[in-house]
Amino acid sequence: MFELPFLSLVIWVPIFGGLWILLLGGEKSAPSVRPIALALSVVTFLLSIPLYAGFDTTTSEMQFVEFAPWIEVFNINYHLGVDGFSMPLILLTSFTTVLVVLSSWEVIQYKTSQYMAAFLILEGFMIGAFSSLDAVLFYVYWEALLIPMFLIIGIWGGPQRIYATIKFFLYTFLGSVFMLVAILYLYSKAGSFSILDMHHVRLGLTAQILIFFAFLLAFAVKVPMWPVHTWLPDAHVEAPTGGSVILAAIMLKLGGYGFVRFSLPITPDASSALDWLMIGLSLIAIVYIGFVAIVQPDMKKLIAYSSVSHMGFVTLGFFIAFSILRSGDADGAALGIEGGMVQMISHGFISGALFLCVGVMYDRLHSRQIADYGGVVNTMPVFASFMMLFALANSGLPGTSGFVGEFMVILSSFQANFWIAFLAASTLILGAAYTLWMYKRVIYGEIANEGVRTLTDINRREFIVLASLAVMVLFFGLWPAPLLDVMGPTVENLLEHISRSKL
Amino acid sequence: MNFVVPEFIPAVPEMFVLGMACLILALDVYLPERYRLLSYHLSQATLIGAAVMCITLYPSAPQVTFHGSFVSDAMSAVLKIFILLVSYFALFYSRVYLLERNLFKGEYFVLALFAVLGMMVLVSAHSLLTVYLGLELLSLCLYALVALNRDSVSGSEAAMKYFVLGALASGMLLYGMSLLYGVTGTLDLGGIRSFISAHSEDNLILVLGLIFVLVGIAFKLGAVPFHMWVPDVYEGAPTPVTLFISSAPKIAAFGMLMRLLVDGLPGLKEDWIGMLVILAVLSMGIGNVIAIAQSNLKRMLAYSTIGHVGFLFLGIIAGSPSGYAASMFYIITYALMSMGGFGMIIWLGRSGFEADRLDDFRGLNDRNPWFAFMMLILMLSMAGVPPFVGFWAKWSVLREAIAAGYTWLAVVGVGFAIIGLFYYIRVVRLMYFEKPDEPLPVTSSPDMRVMMSTNALAILALGVYPGGLLALCVQALPG
Repeated sequence: MFELPFLSLVIWVPIFGGLWILLLGGEKSAPSVRPIALALSVVTFLLSIPLYAGFDTTTSEMQFVEFAPWIEVFNINYHLGVDGFSMPLILLTSFTTVLVVLSSWEVIQYKTSQYMAAFLILEGFMIGAFSSLDAVLFYVYWEALLIPMFLIIGIWGGPQRIYATIKFFLYTFLGSVFMLVAILYLYSKAGSFSILDMHHVRLGLTAQILIFFAFLLAFAVKVPMWPVHTWLPDAHVEAPTGGSVILAAIMLKLGGYGFVRFSLPITPDASSALDWLMIGLSLIAIVYIGFVAIVQPDMKKLIAYSSVSHMGFVTLGFFIAFSILRSGDADGAALGIEGGMVQMISHGFISGALFLCVGVMYDRLHSRQIADYGGVVNTMPVFASFMMLFALANSGLPGTSGFVGEFMVILSSFQANFWIAFLAASTLILGAAYTLWMYKRVIYGEIANEGVRTLTDINRREFIVLASLAVMVLFFGLWPAPLLDVMGPTVENLLEHISRSKL
Repeated sequence: MNFVVPEFIPAVPEMFVLGMACLILALDVYLPERYRLLSYHLSQATLIGAAVMCITLYPSAPQVTFHGSFVSDAMSAVLKIFILLVSYFALFYSRVYLLERNLFKGEYFVLALFAVLGMMVLVSAHSLLTVYLGLELLSLCLYALVALNRDSVSGSEAAMKYFVLGALASGMLLYGMSLLYGVTGTLDLGGIRSFISAHSEDNLILVLGLIFVLVGIAFKLGAVPFHMWVPDVYEGAPTPVTLFISSAPKIAAFGMLMRLLVDGLPGLKEDWIGMLVILAVLSMGIGNVIAIAQSNLKRMLAYSTIGHVGFLFLGIIAGSPSGYAASMFYIITYALMSMGGFGMIIWLGRSGFEADRLDDFRGLNDRNPWFAFMMLILMLSMAGVPPFVGFWAKWSVLREAIAAGYTWLAVVGVGFAIIGLFYYIRVVRLMYFEKPDEPLPVTSSPDMRVMMSTNALAILALGVYPGGLLALCVQALPG
């Protein structure tokens, strides 16, 4: 049967589409550019659906593999494929991009074509990074996606945008160049840039630890983990709404994805030896950053810190697996890793939705300060109920997707150590505290000022965007099985990998 | 003594360039002012013709001729092709600039052609004397070119500095060569190589000679601590001359380095690798750090050159044919990027207005989005961000350094690459995130637009598919 190269299509349709939009250019063409951008993002999303529909949930092998020699002198190949880790993230990316294009429909009036082009090109690069099976190809996408994001924050961002975007670029570049050195070192050992071949290289513990730290620097900055998270609040606050959404929903996931694709399988012994460090950093992120979030006066900053805290669950889930494995319980370890993955997808929906909610209010009043709002429910009841759902999901209410991942990670932490689980579970209180307190101050109460009185409820476009996210949040909260089915064999395969010493 | 007629065929491109340069010189004297463009077109035709000859005469095996003083091998052929190509671009950019500023004189093209001839001789040199001959032919032409605008004070000052320091460096090189000759008794690079491999004991005089030779090379490339001339000359010279100096002669200087160190002194590899490590670390460090403080784009690019030379050395330090190939790829792509960078300055400038301050690029995205995008490609490529070719250049030298066991050096290199990123993205920041002082659209001639776009898009295209050029460099340096 003839098969379309779906992975290549979802990478290159948005990239070439974005370049085309760039060439259309001009301020006058803005009305015609928007539908084209929307059409391109929808087409990309539709093209990504066969990846799920045709996905074989019984195997951990790479699927939809595409292979072509790229730079033959150095044995670099255009090698794509997806497994249970990357496929859901690719769908998340293509889904979120559609919403981002929709959400910036009327908001972005300055250089619309460049804005839309940047998001489409960014989408292509991100999907490319998720689907690359060649380390160099991965690195190219991983670095290239910084360029559109750098421009998005810098051109359409807030007053401090230049500081924020340069910090963002330098921080992430700093992290990733050391990964490049690690990849090149691995090549000198493995004789191949294929990530799957690198999984089988035998390395001494010292080498493993050095490689682990090189990868850690790259991924920890992206996730971001405490203490290299400081770029995130700046970038989020200054970025335009669409930029914040992509940043929170997808770019952070690249860091988590990097851990399961590179760090865990390539350096299992170092990961096992250093799991105390990773668990410690994750707990600091969950607890300390949770407290930091409570006191934020800026809504976007609050959600940004809440992202750091929630991403702490992802890394906690990945690394708690080691101490459970040492006690010989593979199921418990699988629970941790699966929990981390579910948390990534769920956080993609929830944080994206919350940033969109802030964006909706910001578009009307041009303020993100909590103090400037109050009583929004009186003028925007529909919006208030949507935001209620997302706020509850963010604090981990059962029945929403936010609950599933956190619960799985906490459950597996209990098998490792009671106190780790105890600290992790504190997020149920902290998360509720910062999210709901913000919600209360912004939405409830008397109408705070004249600005709030003039607010109009969300229009149909905003309704579609928020409703589709709400459906996702509830769907995966009530029935996460499709996600878990997809990941099952891949997680088992990963566990088998990391339980074998490579020394 | 019986005289053997040497094989002339391998040197046909050089003879062609020489003949044409003399022809243009003679012609230009009698040319009425309104036909001055003829000199330009003839020069361009010469470069293309010579490049075609180099491709047709592409040697399948190294040929040594002129009694062992001239060699034609794959490396020299590839380097010559790129020298000619890059010079073609450089002269093209010059034309627009010179016409606008009333500097359009025949001498310019004749001097450029002689400089090209010097470069071609340099990369084909097979004896110390030929190296020196090529180098001096190149350098003297460049001194004169820097002083082209004799009414410009900074131009004359730059030329004077360049000349004095360049003469000093040539003297050093010559002294080093005389020491080598004194020990080995031959000027032939092959002879020197076999002498050293036959006498394996440590010879201090040889090492001393190597040091002086290396000083000469480092000066030509602008490596720290022999970089003092670079910022002043880059800033003072007319922009097209800066463009020329920063592109083709760097390729030739790489050729000189390969001839002297790899062809002539492989026996002293241990010694020169150690020296190059120091030069590399200093160049990457000083070049990238000081570039941050510059407000003049030409000076900034000058320091960026110094930083790039440090990276170039990483491949040579690896000491293997694939390492040399990586460096060769680096220098060729660097020449392309540097040309584009200075080309942008020419493109943005007008008569009476040199767009060489960073602030001149402020808000370019509002004035001309297409060329702002081209500059974005150039800057990010120099910074080594994929998917542009500068990434592959850094990638390949780092790969070689790590393969040769210099992982720490690679880590130092990427550390300085991060610092470098800062000043490159500052240009992007000015273009994209700030408003222009005067929101006038930029006008330029159509052929300039085509050339500039070709240059920048080539960098993007090579970044998406670097395989062809990489393969060419690898096969040019067989083991």
